[in-house]
Amino acid sequence: MFDGLSEKLRGIIKDLKGHGTLSEANIESVLKEVRLALLEADVNFTVVKEFISRVKGKALGQDVLLSVTPAQQFIKVVRDELAATLGETASELEFKGRPPVIMLAGLQGSGKTTTTAKLARLLKGKGRNPYVVPADLARPAAVLQLQKLSEEIKVDCFDVAGRKDPVDICTEALRVAKIKGYDTVLVDTAGRLHIDAALMDELKGLKEILSPSEVLLVADSMTGQDAVRTAQGFDEAIGLTGVILTKLDSDARGGAALSMRISTGKPIKFIGVSEKTDGLEVFHPDRMAGRILGMGDVLTLVEKAQAAIEEKDARELEKKIKKDTFTLDDFREHLGQIKRMGSLDSILSMIPGFGALKKAKGLKVDEKEISRIEAIINSMTAKERKTPGILNAGRRARIARGSGRTVQDVNRLVKQYGQMRDMMKRFKKGGMRSLKNILPV
Amino acid sequence: MNLTARLKARLARTHNAIMGGIESVLGMGTRKESLERLEEALITADVGVKTSSEIVGALKEGFKWDKEGLSERLRASISGLLKEVESPLVIPPGVVPFVIMVLGVNGVGKTTTIGKLASRFSSMGKSVILGAGDTFRAAAIEQLEIWGERAGCPVIKHSHGGDPGAVAFDAVKSAVAKKTDVVILDTAGRLHTKVNLMEELKKIKKVVNREIPSAPHENLLVVDASTGQNALNQAKLFNEYVGVTGIVITKLDGTAKGGIIVPIARELKIPIRFIGVGEGVDDLKEFNAGEFADALI
Ligand SMILES: Nc1nc2c(ncn2[C@@H]2O[C@H](COP(=O)(O)OP(=O)(O)OP(=O)(O)O)[C@@H](O)[C@H]2O)c(=O)[nH]1
Ligand SMILES: Nc1nc2c(ncn2[C@@H]2O[C@H](COP(=O)(O)OP(=O)(O)OP(=O)(O)O)[C@@H](O)[C@H]2O)c(=O)[nH]1
Ligand SMILES: [Mg+2]
Ligand SMILES: [Mg+2]
Repeated sequence: MFDGLSEKLRGIIKDLKGHGTLSEANIESVLKEVRLALLEADVNFTVVKEFISRVKGKALGQDVLLSVTPAQQFIKVVRDELAATLGETASELEFKGRPPVIMLAGLQGSGKTTTTAKLARLLKGKGRNPYVVPADLARPAAVLQLQKLSEEIKVDCFDVAGRKDPVDICTEALRVAKIKGYDTVLVDTAGRLHIDAALMDELKGLKEILSPSEVLLVADSMTGQDAVRTAQGFDEAIGLTGVILTKLDSDARGGAALSMRISTGKPIKFIGVSEKTDGLEVFHPDRMAGRILGMGDVLTLVEKAQAAIEEKDARELEKKIKKDTFTLDDFREHLGQIKRMGSLDSILSMIPGFGALKKAKGLKVDEKEISRIEAIINSMTAKERKTPGILNAGRRARIARGSGRTVQDVNRLVKQYGQMRDMMKRFKKGGMRSLKNILPV
Repeated sequence: MNLTARLKARLARTHNAIMGGIESVLGMGTRKESLERLEEALITADVGVKTSSEIVGALKEGFKWDKEGLSERLRASISGLLKEVESPLVIPPGVVPFVIMVLGVNGVGKTTTIGKLASRFSSMGKSVILGAGDTFRAAAIEQLEIWGERAGCPVIKHSHGGDPGAVAFDAVKSAVAKKTDVVILDTAGRLHTKVNLMEELKKIKKVVNREIPSAPHENLLVVDASTGQNALNQAKLFNEYVGVTGIVITKLDGTAKGGIIVPIARELKIPIRFIGVGEGVDDLKEFNAGEFADALI
C-alpha cells in the first residue's frame, strides 16, 4: 500500500526524460500520480482537484522541469505546498476569558472524552490548573469515563450529581470553576452527527453559555471523503477554532487532515497518537504532508525510536554490550522496545526508499516473529536467560513445549541471539543508538 | 483563504449530486464525461479509486445509454456485487451456546452494537449473556452493563485491568452451565497494526475455543461507515489474525456512505450481517445489498 509516491514519480520522470524534457503536456501524467496518492490517502475528491491545480501552477512557475533532478524537485514542490496548506507552523491554544473554556465536539466515537483527558494532562504538565466537565449525558457511562480518566491524571472533574441537562451542567460547572479558581475549563460533549439539527442546536446553546476560547473539533484520522462535510457542518453550526486529529497511531494516511483544513480554513492543533492519556502531540504540518503522500518520514521514525528506547535504557544497553553481559533478558527487553514503536512495517515504511526496496526484493517483515521469540524467552528460567550457555538439548525441548514452538525454533532463537551479540560487539564503537542496525529482520 | 469559499461552492455541487441521486450529475455530456462522473460519485462515497474505476470500466453496453439507463446499470452492478456478501447471521439449531466475538478498531461502535444485538436476540426469545471483555478503556465495563440492563441480560465482568481471556472463559462457562443461547463478547478497541493487541485477541479466541471446540461461531468485525480506505486494511488484518466471519457497518445514519465496504466485499467476500443506523437499541438492521447500493449512489 505504501509503495511511496516518490518511487512512482521517479519512474515516470525517468521515462519522460528519455523523450526529451518535461513539458506542460507530459507533466499531466506526473500530476495523475499525485492525484492518485492523495485520493488513496482519503483526501476529499473536490479538495484534490483544487490542490492539484494549485500545485501545477507552482511547479510550472518554478522551473522544476529544467532541474537535473526533476522528480525530487517536483516532489518537494508538492510536499511544501501540502505542508503550507496544512498550516505553516504548529498552532497554539488560546486562553481568553475567565476562566478560559475549551470545548470539544465531534462525531460519535471520534475520541472526544479521551482527548479531553489528554489535553487536561498536557495543560497540567505546563503548570495550568485544569477542570474537566462531563457534558455528555447521552452515551452510556460517558460521565463515569471522564471521571475515571480525570482520577488517573489527577485533575478535578465536575460532579454532575444527578443533573439531567448539559446546559445545567455547563452553567453550574462554570460557576464552580470561577469560585474554585481553575484556570482552564475543558468541556467534553456528547458525540453527534452534524446533520442532527436538534443536537447541533444543543451544542450552539452550550457554546453560548460557555463562550469558549477554543472550540475544537475532535475528528478521527481514518475518516474518508465525509471529513469535509463533517468539518463544515460543525464549523457552520458552532464556529470552530481548530481541529484535533485522533488515532494517528494507525496506518491510515490521514488525508482527512487536508480535507478539513482546506474546507474550514481552521488549523489542526493537536494529534492523538495512542489510547493513553499521554498520547497527544503537537501537529506538525510537514510530517503530515509526508504521511499523506506516503513518503518516508525520517523525523517521525527517529522520534519514535527515541521515545521507545529511552536514553537511559540505551546507555544501559551500551554498557552491557561494552562489558559483554548482554543476556536473553536484555534481548527480550530490546524486542519489547521495538514493539513499542508500533508495527515493524509501519516503522520501516518511514525509511525513505524502503518502500521500493521492499517491493524489489519481495521483503516481508514478519510481525508475529517478535511475539514468537518473546514466547520462547518467556518459557525459560531466569537462570537460562542469564546464562544461555547452559541451554542443552533437554532444556531446549522443555522450552519448546512450554512456548508451543518447535525445538528448531528455540535453536534458531539461540543462534540469532548469538549473532546479535556478535553484531553488537562490532557496533560497539558506533554506540547503540543506531537502532536500525539491529532490527531483527 | 478564498480557496475555502471556492471549494464550498464546488462541494455544494457534489453534495447535491449525491443527495439528488446519481441522475443529477449525469448532464448532457459525452459518454466519457458521464462515466467520469460516475467514477467520481463512487470515489466520493469512499469506494476507492481502483474499485471505482474497475466498476465503471466494466459498464459496457447492454443498457440504454441515458441517465436512467446508466445509473440503473451501475446500481445493478454494485448491488450484484454486494448480493454475494448479503448473508444474515443465522444461529443454527442445536448450537448452544452460540458464541459471538465482537472486534474492531477504537470507537467504531462495538459495545453499542452488542447492546443492540442483545436486545434483538432477547426479543426473539433467546437467552443472552454478555462478556465485558474490554477491561482496558475507562468505564467500558459499566457502559456494557447499561446495555445489558436495557436488553435484560446478565453481564459477566472482571475488574478494570483484568485479563480479557479470563472474562471470555467465565462468560462461556456460565453460558454452558445455564444453557444460555447466545454469548456476546465485547473486546477493547484495537488498531489492527498493533501486534501485541492482535495477539491478545488471538488468545481470547483460543480460550473460547478450548471450552467449546466450534466456538467462537462468529467473529463479528465492526466497521464505521465514515472510515476511508483504511477500513480495507482493518478488515484484512483482523481477518488474518482471527478470521472474520461477519461484518457490521455502523453510523450509516450520518452522511458517510460506507462505500469502502464495496472493495472489502470484493476482496474478502466476508458476509455483511447488519448495519447500524443510530444510537438507539433498535437501530440495527439486517444488511440488504439492494438498499445499500441505492443509498450509495
Ligand atoms: N489508538 C488510539 N485510540 C484512541 C485515540 N483517541 C481515542 N482513542 C480511542 O477511541 C475510542 C473512542 O474514544 P472516546 O474518547 O470514548 O470517544 P468519544 O468521541 O468521546 O466517543 P462518544 O462520546 O461516544 O462520541 C476509545 O477506545 C479510545 O481509547 C488515539 O489517538 N489513538
Ligand atoms: N449515529 C450513530 N452512532 C453510533 C452507532 N453505533 C454506535 N454509535 C455511537 O458511537 C460511539 C462509540 O460507540 P461504542 O459502542 O462505544 O464504540 P466501541 O467500538 O465499543 O468503542 P471502544 O470500545 O472505545 O473501541 C457511541 O457514542 C455510540 O453511541 C450508529 O449506528 N449510529
Ligand atoms: Mg465521549
Ligand atoms: Mg467498546
